[in-house]
Amino acid sequence: MATALDFEYVAPASLEEALAELGARDGDVKVLAGGQSLVPLLNYRLARPSTIVDINGLPLAGISMDDGWLRIGALTRHVTLQHSPEIRAACPVLADAAALIGNVRVRTLGTLGGSLAHADPAGELPMVMVALDARLTLRRRGGRRIVAARDFFTGILTTTLGADELLTEVEVPLTSGAGYAVEEFARRAGDFALVAVTALVRIDRRGRVDDARLAIGGVGPVPVRSIAAEEGLRGQEPTAERLAQVAGAAARALDPVSDAFASGSYRRHLTAILTRRVLTGAVARAMEAA
Amino acid sequence: MKIEFIVNGQPREFDVAASETLLKVLREAGCWEVKEGCGEGVCGSCTVLFDDQPVSSCLVLAPLARGHSVITVRGLQENGGSLHPLQEALIRHGAVQCGFCTPGIVLTAFAFVERTPDVDREAIREALAGNLCRCTGYAKIVDAIEAYVKGVYG
Repeated sequence: MATALDFEYVAPASLEEALAELGARDGDVKVLAGGQSLVPLLNYRLARPSTIVDINGLPLAGISMDDGWLRIGALTRHVTLQHSPEIRAACPVLADAAALIGNVRVRTLGTLGGSLAHADPAGELPMVMVALDARLTLRRRGGRRIVAARDFFTGILTTTLGADELLTEVEVPLTSGAGYAVEEFARRAGDFALVAVTALVRIDRRGRVDDARLAIGGVGPVPVRSIAAEEGLRGQEPTAERLAQVAGAAARALDPVSDAFASGSYRRHLTAILTRRVLTGAVARAMEAA
Repeated sequence: MKIEFIVNGQPREFDVAASETLLKVLREAGCWEVKEGCGEGVCGSCTVLFDDQPVSSCLVLAPLARGHSVITVRGLQENGGSLHPLQEALIRHGAVQCGFCTPGIVLTAFAFVERTPDVDREAIREALAGNLCRCTGYAKIVDAIEAYVKGVYG
């Protein structure tokens, strides 16, 4: 029988109160959103926080659009990202990525902010936000800062989020007419992916690649943007050979870790295959849109 | 702390520690139909419906349930205590062996079919991807749910 957990539980009623709690407390303070990463750690006593700040009472869920930005509150649940008609219309790659997260129960409670702040290297939402050039709003008592998704993740399960800060909102620049695709490979349904890849491609009137973005998860401590692959596609005709060549080069440029689940070279192999698939899928959708 | 939430339609009050899970609270209140399996949200045997959507009750800290509606498999029974047609379908198709995963399977399938009545076999398999059954090999479970969908909506 595991020893009992003993933490102080606080459930602030307002954002100001929550930020005051985070700013005032020492020790190991954990924010509780959907709990789908935190509670397993508690159950197995792998985390023993001194305080849990439950933010579920705060008005931080919701989706809105203005000025070319899609704004999503940090407490928005994966199931909402997956099924919301607004997300499906404005940013379908995000809906598809959300559908790949964990299992249906994880998606019911898990939140966008929680997934980003937890920063699993193979997480779908960190990867897709890096692909989308999203920016994150971090609030603390008396201040706020905006951080690009690409700069937010600093290592395995590590971000720039300070102990006194709360991730409150994610903003995604709207890109109309981009083809998209997201794919991953996991050992079992619901497992974290061994490798996950997201592609966004825009095709110009001549049928050449106008803009391409490629983000890969599971191959390093943080999601990776494959800048060389993106540049290798720009201005090019997206033939099957070209896409396969770029995918192979993107994979060879990586040096993924080996762990208990897969060797680094197997992850590289998966990267080449999944990258070719998502590029092919994104190009096909971009052609339809063009 | 004292919290209130609704279990199978009845408002109930519980005295809980913040570190207790909804699973523990429910079982201690006599809801033994909610099973503990892995304790990390993977196996699906502790599935309950939380405001009509499936959750792992082992991954819900008790205070989060405050004010919400929780449905266990017993909550699907018809008035008078007879089994739900989905449960009948599982029995008819031999889709239950040891039965430990069954409450979670029933609730997951129920919530899925309510949300998406127009389903095929592949969709059923995907919907159940987060519920592990170590006995049946899933084929009969999928048969039963498919038959239930056809019976109700077909």
